[in-house]
Parts: sequence; C-alpha cells; structure tokens
Amino acid sequence: MRNLILIAIMSVLGFTAQAQKKNKNLKYTTEVNGNCEQCKKRIEKAAYAVPGIKTANWDISSHQLTVILNEEKTSPKDLNAAIAKAGHDTKEIKATQTDYDNLHSCCKYDREL
Amino acid sequence: MQRNIMLLGMILLSFSVFSQEDLDEVKITKKQKGIKKSYTLTANTSVITSKELLKAACCNLAESFETNPSIDVNFSDALTGTKQIKMLGLTSPYLMITEENIPSVRGASQAYGLSFTPGTWIESVQITKGAGSVINGYESISGQINTELLKPLNDVPFFLNAYGSTDARFELNTQFNKKLSDKWATSLFVHGNARVAKNDMNDDGFLDNPLGKQINVLNRYQYYNPESGLVSFINFRYMNDKKQTGEVAFDKDVDRGTTNHWGSEINTERFDVSTKIGYVFPDMPYQSIGFQNAFNSHKQESYYGLNLYDIKQNSFYSNLIFNSIINNTMHKFTTGLNFTYDQYQEFVNVNDYSRIDNSVGAFFEYTYDNTDNFSLILGGRVDNHNRLGFFVTPRLHMRYNPWKNGVVRFSAGRGKRSANIFAENQQLFASSRTFSILDTNGKIYGLNPEIAWNYGVSFSQKFRIFNKNAEAGFDFYRTDFQNQAVVDLMQSAQDVLFYNLKGSSFANSFQFEFNYELIHNLNLRTAYKYYDIQTDYLRGTFQRPLQAKHRFLGNLEYETQLNNGKQWKFDYTLNWSGKQQLPYTATNPTEDQFPDFSPSYAVMNAQVTRVFSPVFEVYVGGENIGNYKQKKAILGAEDPFGPNFDASIAYAPIFGQMYYAGLRFKIK
Repeated sequence: MRNLILIAIMSVLGFTAQAQKKNKNLKYTTEVNGNCEQCKKRIEKAAYAVPGIKTANWDISSHQLTVILNEEKTSPKDLNAAIAKAGHDTKEIKATQTDYDNLHSCCKYDREL
Repeated sequence: MQRNIMLLGMILLSFSVFSQEDLDEVKITKKQKGIKKSYTLTANTSVITSKELLKAACCNLAESFETNPSIDVNFSDALTGTKQIKMLGLTSPYLMITEENIPSVRGASQAYGLSFTPGTWIESVQITKGAGSVINGYESISGQINTELLKPLNDVPFFLNAYGSTDARFELNTQFNKKLSDKWATSLFVHGNARVAKNDMNDDGFLDNPLGKQINVLNRYQYYNPESGLVSFINFRYMNDKKQTGEVAFDKDVDRGTTNHWGSEINTERFDVSTKIGYVFPDMPYQSIGFQNAFNSHKQESYYGLNLYDIKQNSFYSNLIFNSIINNTMHKFTTGLNFTYDQYQEFVNVNDYSRIDNSVGAFFEYTYDNTDNFSLILGGRVDNHNRLGFFVTPRLHMRYNPWKNGVVRFSAGRGKRSANIFAENQQLFASSRTFSILDTNGKIYGLNPEIAWNYGVSFSQKFRIFNKNAEAGFDFYRTDFQNQAVVDLMQSAQDVLFYNLKGSSFANSFQFEFNYELIHNLNLRTAYKYYDIQTDYLRGTFQRPLQAKHRFLGNLEYETQLNNGKQWKFDYTLNWSGKQQLPYTATNPTEDQFPDFSPSYAVMNAQVTRVFSPVFEVYVGGENIGNYKQKKAILGAEDPFGPNFDASIAYAPIFGQMYYAGLRFKIK
C-alpha cells in the first residue's frame, strides 16, 4: 500500500516535472577560453556537433559563446562538456590535460589554475 | 586591518578593471573600400559601396559601374544618351536587376531603366556574376545586380548635390530625412536633371547627346522595432523623363511626323509603390518571414523619325519569403512564393502587340555552411507562366577556401525569359531598317522563350608583395543558349531580323584581375577581359556585333590622410576596348559602309575631390580626356529618310572630351 502511494506521488511529481515546459529556443551564454580565429572555428564546430544546438557564435575578444539550444534534446551541461572535450576550458567544465595538449600551438590559451 | 587589506585589494582590482577598459578603447578604424569582395560568401558577389559611386562623374545607376571590372559600361550612345551595361558580354536584359530585391529594370524599362535611379540615392550595389539566386525569379542568366537605397533610419537629415558639365547637363539632388519617432523615419528624395543646349561636335548635323529633362521623386518610410522583430518599408516614387534627339535643325513642334528633318522624342512617365514587411522571431534570430509587394506603371511614348513606338506596362509583383534552419545554422533554407502580373500595351507603328503575362512560382533554396572553409547554395524553383509554360529552374553555387586568403568558387544555373524584342532593341528604330520576325509559332511576338545555362569558376587570392596588400584572381564563365531570340544585324544594312536560334550561340568570358596598393593610400586596380561571343546567324557564324574581344580596365586612386576633416581624393580610370565586330553594312554604297571591325580605342576619365569638412566637398573631373570620337557616327546622315540611314551603330563615344564640376553638402 505504502509503495503504491509512493509510486502515485512519484508519478505525479514526475508528470509535473514533465509538464514544466522545456524551452526549444533557450538562449545560453557561457565563457570559453581561447585565442584566435582557429579556436573560434573549433569551438563553434564542437558546439554544432551537439544535437539540439541551433546556432553558435564565439566572440574572440569577449570569449563569450552564445548559443540557442533545444532543451528537449540537450542541456547547457552537455554543451560545456562538448566544448571541454574539444580542448577549450569553459566557465563550467575544464578540459582534460590531454585534450588541451592536443590543441594547435596558436590555441594554447593561458589556463587559469 | 583585515578589512583595510580587503579594501586595498578591491581598489587594486577595480584599477585593473579600469585599465582593461582603457585598452579596449584603442580602436583601429579601417578605411572603407570602394569595392568589397568577400572571401566567405558563397556566390561570386562584389559590393560597390557609396564611396566608389563618388568616383564617377555622376549621376545615375547606369554610370556607376565605370570603375568596376565585373561590368562593362559602354559610352552613352548619341541617340538615347544612356549608358548600356554588359556582364559576361551579355546586355542588361540577361541580368536580373533589382532594387532592394524587387525586380526593377525589366520589360518596358529595359532600355533606359538604369538611368532612372539617381546615384546619390544609392547606398550600395551588389553584383553577382553567374547564375544567381532563385529567390527573386528565373530570368537572370549572366548575373544579378541589386541596388540598396539609403535607409531612412540611418540617413543624414539633409543632403544637397549640384552638378554641371560642359556638355550642358545639369543635375540637382536634394534629400531630406526625418525621424518621426524612435521606430519610424522618412526620406524625401528629389532629383532633377536637364540637358539644355544642343551639341554637335562632329558636325554631322545631328545632336551628339539628347536634350533632356527628368524629374524623379521618392518618398519612403521605414519602421523598425527591435523588441517585436517587425521591420517595414513603404516607398512611393514618381518619375518623368523627356528626351529629344536627332538633327540639330529638328523642331519638335513643326517637324514631327514630317520628312523636313529627322528627330526623335522619348517621353517616359513612371509611378511605383512598394511595400515590405519583415518579421524576425524574437527568440529565433535565424527565422524570419518577409512579404514584398510592388506595383508599377511605366509608360513610354516615343517616335524615331517616322517610326512610332509606344509601350505601357502595368506590373504587380509579390514575394513571400520564409527563412529558417534545419537542425542548426549550418543548414539554412529559404522558401516562398512569387506572383508576377504584367499588362503590356505596346504599339510599333500600326501593329498592336498588347498582351498580358502572368506567372506564379515557388522556390526553395538550401544553404550549407561548415562555418569554416566550405559552403554551398542549392536552389530550385518551379514556375507556371502563361507564355513560358511550366518549368523548373535549378541553380547551384559553391565556395571553398583551400588555404588562407584564397577562395575558389563554382556556379551553374539555368535561366529562362521572354525577350521584349522591341523594348530591348529600340535604338534600331533610329534607322531605315525593316523589322521582320521570321518565326510565327512562338508565344512571344511569334518567338520562343530564351533559355540558357550558365557555368562559371573563379579563384581569388590575397597576398603581400613588398609589405603591401595585393590581390589577384581570375574567373571563367560560359553561357550556352538552348534557345535565343536572335537579333540579326548581319544580313543586310536595310534589315533587322528576329528569329529563334538555329544552331549554336554561346558567350565565353575570361577575366584576370590584379589589385595592388602601390604606396600607402595609392591603390591600383587592373582587369583584363577576354570575350568570345558567337551566334549562328542566317549568313554564318559571327561574333556578337558591338562587343570587343579584348578589354582592359585600369583604375588608380589616391587619397591624402584625413586632416581635420579635410582631404584630397584623386581618381583616374582607363578603359581600353579592342576591335569590335560591326553590323553588316556592305549592302550600302561604299560611302555608307562600315568595315567589318571597328578600330580599338581607349577612354580616360579623371576626377579630383576636395573635402573641406564632413559637411562640404567639391569635385571636378573629365571624361574621355583623350578626346576619342567615333569617326562616322551615323550612316546616311545626309539623307535620314533614305534607305541607308542608321544612327544605331555606336561602337565608341560620339561626344569628345567632357569636363564637369559638382558639390556635395550635407548636414549631419
């Protein structure tokens, strides 16, 4: 009986969570470390490789990566992870040393330790 | 103590923040270039900025291409005084000419339409070589020219331009601009020009350029609301143009319709209304809807000696466009619908060629961009036209950057159009030629629609020589006609024949371009062009008449450093044109014959501008400084109503050197 109630409550909760509408056009901005035109191409390429990223633009001078993403398919966390995987530190997730070392010399930005 | 250290730390931090801001303040202002060529756009498009437009003598769109390698401008001919343009060796009917993406020079306005847009109204011109986009229609074959006019929301409150020249032409441009609210702005442009005196420099008894009067008024409104994403333009325009040419002794009130003296009048009145509404989805900046509508009424009443030619065209054009993405902005698409309606009332002497044309079409254009070094545009459209039938128009453009500062492009596409044979060739009315249409089964004056494929490749590379910027490039384009409304001047000097192409017709064009900054602020632009344009005529295969096989363009520009808003600007242009095939005139007596080919010649233009302040500048210049003139401008000039008269064969300037001066005044 108790289990049943628990399941009922859980499912209702789950439903409400589902009902909370996911934004198909969420504008999200994060800071990504990088230096040059080549970094820009790599960062944007990595962003576009994430399913659900609709548009991506990384600004060289401000280091801001601005995307519009579909929350039904992806999340800001997935995006940050993908950028870090390409070797670029984001505000949220840092790249591994190996991924950083794989970068072209011009893109070896100064890392915050 | 601890608090004090923290405070010190804060102050230090804020200092470093400040100093960083200071660093950002260092701005590098890049000089605006006259012609911009992109290395990232997919199509082979160059942009003429308003700066480049200031280089030429003046005055209207037709005259704004003289320093541009992509477009060949012919001198203005004696008869109409308008400069005709060619791209890839083909005349303007084979180009799609749009004004803010609404087709503007087409149908009845084909011959003179470019001269109906004053140069001072223009913000920029985009020139695309090759097939072009499918969005605006199916008619373009060798290229597209789109003109953007000044936008009311970022125009200056007042602009004045006055111009006068030694060939007795005067122009006045007055432009007002007012912000009505933070979202609405309006502009009022008033243009007037006149040629008041008769010129006959070669003493053949005929005017070297027409007398003329034009009044041209544009009132436009712009709405822009960034919060809602709504943008809109509303334009109203009225134009009235009158030209008179022919014999110096011709008096239009007395001699019209008689054989006393040969004369011609071309009077055009035009009215345009166009609207645009655009909506950008606020949370999806890559998605938008646009809706354009344009109505225009174009009326030309004219006579050329005893030949009467009247044409009136009422047109309605509507275009609905939707832009969005597939998954992400690497894959974009544009799709929509067009509707065109043209009502023509056309009279050639006693023949009535009045008709109604209409078409509906749907288009889809897909753009892929890997955000790095490759992009492609694949477009297609289907149209149903009451004369051209149901047909498909495919177009493809590709761009690849193999290495830094280099770009390779490829394009291919099909175009189809109905040739308005009389409107497009109306200079031939100024001759004793008999007009004959040899086919009767087609739906357009008895002829079939023109169909052509165009293919092209191009390559450009930027580099540094002796630490200065240089750029070199070449392109090759081929246009293959499957059908053409052939205009045959190769049969006899007494005839012009129109018929469907039998055999082959093609246009090959090759261009080599080299640009170099010789010393700081001194720029050289050069281009060599080779054209091989052949058509099978009844009498054999010939090069298209009045087209040079070899052409060369050189342009030198120098400007001094801007000093307290003061500046000097110098500009020099050389246009060399090789020998041209001339229409066949051997049926005339020897004294009224042209050789098979014209001589080669060069025309030089130069201009000096003195900028006194951002408010005021003055310019002086000369055209055709070398004073080259076509020796014999008119065949049979002594007997203009006789069988050998022909004023339509102009291969070089008729009027010699011309000098001009003008001023520009603006309130910012």
